[in-house]
Amino acid sequence: MQQEVVLAMLAKEPSHGYQLRERLRQALGPLGDAMNAGHVYVTLTRLERAGLVAAEPPTAARERPDRKTYGLTPAGQQRVAEWLAEVSWPKPDLAEFHLKLIAAAAAGLADPLTIVDTQRRELLRRLRDAQRAAMAEPDGTDAALLLEGIVLRLQADLRWLEACEQSWNGRGSRS
Amino acid sequence: MRDTADTAVLRARGLRKEYGTGEGLVRAVDGVDLDVAAGETVAVMGPSGCGKSTLLHLLGGLDRPSSGEVWLGGRRIDQIGERALARVRRTDVGIVFQAFHLMDELTAVENVELPALLAGRSPSVARRQAASLLERVGLADRAGFLPSALSGGQRQRVAIARALSNEPLIVFADEPTGNLDSAATVDVLRLFDSLRVAGQTLVIVTHDARIAATADRLISMRDGAFVDETRLTGGSTGQLGALVGLEG
Repeated sequence: MQQEVVLAMLAKEPSHGYQLRERLRQALGPLGDAMNAGHVYVTLTRLERAGLVAAEPPTAARERPDRKTYGLTPAGQQRVAEWLAEVSWPKPDLAEFHLKLIAAAAAGLADPLTIVDTQRRELLRRLRDAQRAAMAEPDGTDAALLLEGIVLRLQADLRWLEACEQSWNGRGSRS
Repeated sequence: MRDTADTAVLRARGLRKEYGTGEGLVRAVDGVDLDVAAGETVAVMGPSGCGKSTLLHLLGGLDRPSSGEVWLGGRRIDQIGERALARVRRTDVGIVFQAFHLMDELTAVENVELPALLAGRSPSVARRQAASLLERVGLADRAGFLPSALSGGQRQRVAIARALSNEPLIVFADEPTGNLDSAATVDVLRLFDSLRVAGQTLVIVTHDARIAATADRLISMRDGAFVDETRLTGGSTGQLGALVGLEG
């Protein structure tokens, strides 16, 4: 996960690491289980070193030192604003798969249709997992919205595989 | 003749269906072998025109193969007489269609009880069963509605309840989500998943990956033949994290 995510989750108010983790869990639902428990703390330490967050001194003497409260520095606030305005988007590497089919067919190393079938099996397995998680999630939660995104994306990839299948199947019958 | 050596509810061997002759010969189904075990959910996926709907018609006794065998519950059905086949369709098989195929002038509960009445159940038994099936598909409060007063998703749920009316050996579904929007699709997916969990044997032909992904076993069909088969087991939401950039 990007450092900016942790940074932006702090923008609401200065928070403990465990409060940040709780916010992430809420937003991610079952996907949050994939989060490494220590990841937030490691990220906070890095952000502190980069001068984007600062630890506030404990308010009470008996408060444990590992429960530091972190807040954004002015530089951190600026970074969050920049990040919100960015239009970066995760890019699926379709070109790699596309070239795999072309190279396999050109060299006669493998049947492109077999490669498509194998890839489809993997995507369907992921779709099944995403869908199970989506069906188990109550309607209207943040996590349900994220799971819907995963399901839609996998559907789009599967439709492209279908197009690959039809194209390569057609080439097979022409030759 | 009953084959006691296996537990397949449905079995097909060398199934073929051809249309036309000579140059115009089309092999819609071209040599399909299939075994479906009791309680199994099988999805057959493929592009339109691959022969999957024709296959479903052959398996469900709606049409007869050009050659090959279909066994249902240990009994060969591809050669039996019309009346016997009609009885198989009424009592051993439930079918769900893309376009619902409900009777427009009958209410939801009347549609659901119809197969039971045709199978000779008493009206009171049929009505009681139909009411409980509607409850099972979440439409108890719509029992008295005509199909025209129901949404697409609700109509399909009524059609699924109807397919379950005679406690069939197997339910066939032909593109059951083909006419539904995304939200209604999720309702139908949940319903099929609950049938799967309840142990209903189910064969779905579809090109909707979402519904195919709910199956235990997935078969890809191309040009009338099966080309790939997989069991969708294992996996966890932990791996899903990687799909959204949450590796840790």
